Amino acid sequence: MRESIIMKIHYGTALGAVVLVAVHILMRMTQNFDQSLQYQNVIANYHFLPYALMLEAILILLSVHGFNGLRVILLELKQGSSYEKIVNYGSIASMAILIAYGSRTILMAGMGIS
Amino acid sequence: MAVVTAPKPSEELISIDKTLDQLNTITLRIARSNPAEGHETTYSEFKVPVKKWTTVLEAILYVKQNLDHAVAVRYSCRQASCGSCGMKINGKPSLACYTKVSELHSNVITVEPMNNFPIIRDLAVDFKQLISNHKKMKPFIIREDSEVTPESKEFIQTPQDVEKYLQFSYCIKCGLCNAACPTMATDTSFIGPQGLAQAYRYVADNRDKGKEDRLKIVDDSHGIWRCHFAGSCSHVCPKGVDPAMAIQLLRGYLLGFQK
Repeated sequence: MRESIIMKIHYGTALGAVVLVAVHILMRMTQNFDQSLQYQNVIANYHFLPYALMLEAILILLSVHGFNGLRVILLELKQGSSYEKIVNYGSIASMAILIAYGSRTILMAGMGIS
Repeated sequence: MAVVTAPKPSEELISIDKTLDQLNTITLRIARSNPAEGHETTYSEFKVPVKKWTTVLEAILYVKQNLDHAVAVRYSCRQASCGSCGMKINGKPSLACYTKVSELHSNVITVEPMNNFPIIRDLAVDFKQLISNHKKMKPFIIREDSEVTPESKEFIQTPQDVEKYLQFSYCIKCGLCNAACPTMATDTSFIGPQGLAQAYRYVADNRDKGKEDRLKIVDDSHGIWRCHFAGSCSHVCPKGVDPAMAIQLLRGYLLGFQK
């Protein structure tokens, strides 16, 4: 993939994450802050499909943005053909693993499996 | 017959003249190293007499002529046109011929080779990578037709067309921008502000038809996206070129803001 496309995704995911994380934080204000973090209320969030989908979107946006950012830092730190391949594929693999693990948590909580 | 006598210079003028003529002595610290022979960097100190207009290059040449012939320094035009005498002067990348000793406001002046370049010896650095990156940007007008064949006409540009790239064509390839760039300090494959500014210079030229080629070259994992917009390249340029702006404008083409 061309670097300009990767960077467009990088900037896009950053903007998307800022908006959705803001909504996520503002949702705490629908009730008292301490209540919002109580077990039942947290589980209720996962059972509410639009909110669960938003959490999934935040997970994807932050994973893509974060791991691409890490890839860029690592590429600037050291150069070399094999090193760069490891960094590129390593970032994609780590991103996929984190998204899969996070999605599993959202799905299990949403379906009431603990 | 009337006798015309020249007016006597005022006391103030005489005192200014004396001040300009006054000799000061500064300590010039020159970084000495020879990586080919595995020598570590040491600093040689020299007492150099200077006047108000003495440049750092003149001070170095005084050392070469009178105190130590072995100091290695690259220079040529002595008027900020050739870009040969770039070095770190009191920590800041500058042209030695364009920096007066008096403007440094210090009696101790330290000159070191530019950062982010391999050192050949003392103050002379290797420009191979800079020139190679510059060449990679295809620094010439690309188009099928030519304005030098007998049947062709010159390519006409309006002043507004010229304004888009003019300042970037003032680059003298001195390498000070690359020496000041924080990305270049860690990413040795980075094209660098000099190369990217030159890419923009030709992309913004409406006579040129090689925009797509150049955008492909800079759109690399060690290309234009590795710039963090520190702006130090523009800060140190002795010719008033603004590579940081060129990089942002070039990004506009890749992000689709500019056509």
